[in-house]
Amino acid sequence: MLTGRVHSTESFGSVDGPGVRFVIFMQGCLMRCRYCHNADTWNPNGGTEYTADELLDRAVRYRDYWGDRGGITVSGGEPLLQAEFLLELFKKAKQRKINTCLDTSGQPFTREEPFFSLFERLCEVTDLLLVDIKHIDCGAHRALTGRGNGNILDMLRYLSDAEKPVWIRHVLVPGVTDDDEVLRRTRAFLDTLSNVRRVEVLPYHSMGAYKWQELGFQYTLNDTQPPTAERINNAKAILRAE
Amino acid sequence: MLACIADDIREKAWRGFKGRKWQEDINVREFIQNNYTMYDGDESFLAKPTEATDYLWSRLQELQKEERARGGVLDCETEVVSSLTAYGPGYIDESKKELEQVVGLQTDKPLKRAFMPFGGIKMADQAASTYGYQINPELRKIFTDYHKTHNQAVFDAYTPEMKRARHNHVITGLPDTYGRGRIVGDYRRVALYGLDYLIKMKEKDLFYCGGRNMSEEHIRLREEIAEQIRALRGMKKMAEIYGFDISEPAKNAKEAVQWLYFGYLAAIKTQNGAAMSVGRISTFLDIYIQRDLDEGNLTESQAQELIDHLVLKFRMVKFARIPSYNELFSGDPVWVTLEMAGIGMDGRHMVTKTDYRFLHTLENMGPAPEPNLTVLYSPRLPETFKKYAAHISVTTSSIQYENDCVMRPMWGDDYSICCCVSATQTGKEIQFFGARANLAKCLNYALNGGVDIKTREQVGPEITRPVGEYLDYRDVRKKFNDMMSWLVELYVNTLNLIHYMHDKYYYEAAEMALIDTYTRRTFATGIAGFSHVVDSLSAIKYAKVKPIRDEDGLIVDYEIEGDFPRYGNDDERADEIAIWLLKAFMKKVREHHTYRNSEPTTSILTITSNVVYGKATGATPDGRKAGAPFAPGANPAYGAEKNGLLASLNSVAKLPYEYALDGISNTQTISPDALGHTEAERVDNLWHILDGYFTKGAHHLNVNVFGVEKLKDCMEHPEKPEYANFTIRVSGYAVKFIDLTREQQLDVISRTEHKVM
Repeated sequence: MLTGRVHSTESFGSVDGPGVRFVIFMQGCLMRCRYCHNADTWNPNGGTEYTADELLDRAVRYRDYWGDRGGITVSGGEPLLQAEFLLELFKKAKQRKINTCLDTSGQPFTREEPFFSLFERLCEVTDLLLVDIKHIDCGAHRALTGRGNGNILDMLRYLSDAEKPVWIRHVLVPGVTDDDEVLRRTRAFLDTLSNVRRVEVLPYHSMGAYKWQELGFQYTLNDTQPPTAERINNAKAILRAE
Repeated sequence: MLACIADDIREKAWRGFKGRKWQEDINVREFIQNNYTMYDGDESFLAKPTEATDYLWSRLQELQKEERARGGVLDCETEVVSSLTAYGPGYIDESKKELEQVVGLQTDKPLKRAFMPFGGIKMADQAASTYGYQINPELRKIFTDYHKTHNQAVFDAYTPEMKRARHNHVITGLPDTYGRGRIVGDYRRVALYGLDYLIKMKEKDLFYCGGRNMSEEHIRLREEIAEQIRALRGMKKMAEIYGFDISEPAKNAKEAVQWLYFGYLAAIKTQNGAAMSVGRISTFLDIYIQRDLDEGNLTESQAQELIDHLVLKFRMVKFARIPSYNELFSGDPVWVTLEMAGIGMDGRHMVTKTDYRFLHTLENMGPAPEPNLTVLYSPRLPETFKKYAAHISVTTSSIQYENDCVMRPMWGDDYSICCCVSATQTGKEIQFFGARANLAKCLNYALNGGVDIKTREQVGPEITRPVGEYLDYRDVRKKFNDMMSWLVELYVNTLNLIHYMHDKYYYEAAEMALIDTYTRRTFATGIAGFSHVVDSLSAIKYAKVKPIRDEDGLIVDYEIEGDFPRYGNDDERADEIAIWLLKAFMKKVREHHTYRNSEPTTSILTITSNVVYGKATGATPDGRKAGAPFAPGANPAYGAEKNGLLASLNSVAKLPYEYALDGISNTQTISPDALGHTEAERVDNLWHILDGYFTKGAHHLNVNVFGVEKLKDCMEHPEKPEYANFTIRVSGYAVKFIDLTREQQLDVISRTEHKVM
């Protein structure tokens, strides 16, 4: 039976998609974002294996709290690394009439097979995607995450063409991702898309730093402070073209 | 038809009111059902505070500030025994008394605490002296040498075993040093019928009582009815002191509010019960307000002013309390619990504009712990109202929610909350309040052969102690079950004795006068240490628990090897132990005779006493260290919740309300960031949480929305003006955070705060 590697679940998610949601954090990520607050989800061999039904059985215990808008969100780690499992999970979720939301960095996206047809089918059973644009500049993106952003922006173009609704999320790190020019270029890119329903600015915080130490990794943002309210509002204004 | 209310008076007072039964007998519920106006709209109609409200509230805040500066008590009576007519009129500000739309104080001055010796002269004396006041020695002499008080009577009759159990805190918080409270007069009757009619009806009851069969029961009842009639006459005089004649029904909204308040004032002038709820008054008052609005005799601003001023009075209720009481119930609470919303037996929701007006007092005058505003929640309430209530929670953390869907089948659609969370049928029923049995300590007794590890006294029966390196689940559960049987019997007997004496020496005549003569009675017991017993049994069952024994062979601590499921994670293995524990306890309570043929119930709620109870209790097999606070109420243990808020709520929701009719209290604090990005999202998510939790059959939820940082800052800087009224929900009531002891503040801070992963 097909299983997925899961880091953990959270019964009450209220900031990862619309309404009250059951959040499944998948295990494994190839990005190495300097600000990552879930570094313990990187290792693709960690976590616990679950079948889709096991996870959904657990999720529906919270259905009474979801109302019309809530449902499940799959986050991570990077869920698309387990696209086959994800497809099964969301297909089964749809059979149970559960709203599905995918929180992804887009890193595994490619128009190559076999991934691409899997992704196309996945989109059919996904109600909303939450996509991070970590940095609009490819070089800076590589410096921040270890990888370029070409395929990520390509995924957003594909989703726009497919008229699949997305929420864009941008983690605001002072001195790294909060430069006005960077924000304006990001907005200019968003202007080319037709499927953006919401833009969220997530202020950087260092609450996940302890996990890096526990895992024996070097955390490089020790001197970085969370952004000021003024910078957050500035970012929101630019990114939402308000 | 009634002879006692003249036609012309009825036509005036009851003009436009529909329905018949309530006119022919005392039946406030019938009056409400026939006359209330459902409101489905939003809060946009609400009015701002008037100048008078702003003035009076700022004046009261000055007084509260002064009270705090004086160590918690502004003034204390030492010469006059409190009664309905002991004082002349008192006002918030004598020079501006015409501003007060609702009048009446407990004493002659605002926030001055009355002298109430009938519960116990020692306590009344101690309460005064703690704050630097000396009771007139003559009064002390009277209540020591000539007139017995409740406290003395109880101690006359206690058995040595009862004293031992009490002293060792295995039965704890007993109402033998303070008034039992929890009796809610139907204060609405004063407004709807006027006192003359109420007196006539009681006289009729007295006339027919015991004529054929003068048993002890009837003799006692006759004396009680006579006391009630005396109290009703006293109420009339009390109102006259303020220039009002309340012998006839109220004729308009202003009178209805005032008459009702006089009924309540009579209660708080004569009883300093632990909880002095005012009850389900919102829908009732709305009928009068709506009639005046329809007739063009009242504006919305005036309507709001009436409610604001009534609430001002509720914010001023004070009693002289002793330090040990304050340790149990921190922050000077009086539980002026007041209910709104709910669904009627006919399926109509009971949300009225006045429910909005009561909630709006928290915006007009800022957050406050009293009155203890309680929303009787159902997923079927109008969404507009759910949103407004959630908005008030998000911005003030001052209100609580109780599940109307589980209470209505038990108590109908006119119940009040008589303490923090316990339902009682308004005017039809009273409750004997019974504090709680410390089941965590009971478990320790089971493991230590009945010896209390703190005092080394043999308190429980001397049963065999467990042997072997590790605790055996079947053995422990058997021993615990036996020890619980002993404890429950002793507990119920102790309460029987206390309530007998309370009826005899500290009878609640003013409240009982507004309740049916032939009343139903419930007998409330309670459980403390609930989650620790559950987790302990789970640890013994699913992990290996090694007892650490001292030189006397007594277990002083435990080592746990391996992992075990904990209550609070929606994990059946732990949760089924929780359900077993509640049912087992309640079944044992039912086995015993309860005073005056009352119906036994139980609760899982501890107020803030979880700190004191924990302090008196040794280490428990769940890993809780000796002296560490218990989790409050039915909350999972600190640190046990590993799967987020909803998993925790699901665990608590599994406890069957039918076995804990006195209430299952749950308090949760959610960080604003975890509840949603924006105010609108927070509001939406909160009412969805409430919908879900109560659909699952849960009973009660206290909701706090703030971060730990705010609590810490408030603890360090209580002098900041923004913290003067910073209110939080603790188990069963609301309290100003700055009024908690530091120990309790730290306890609140250390509890799980649900935040973003």
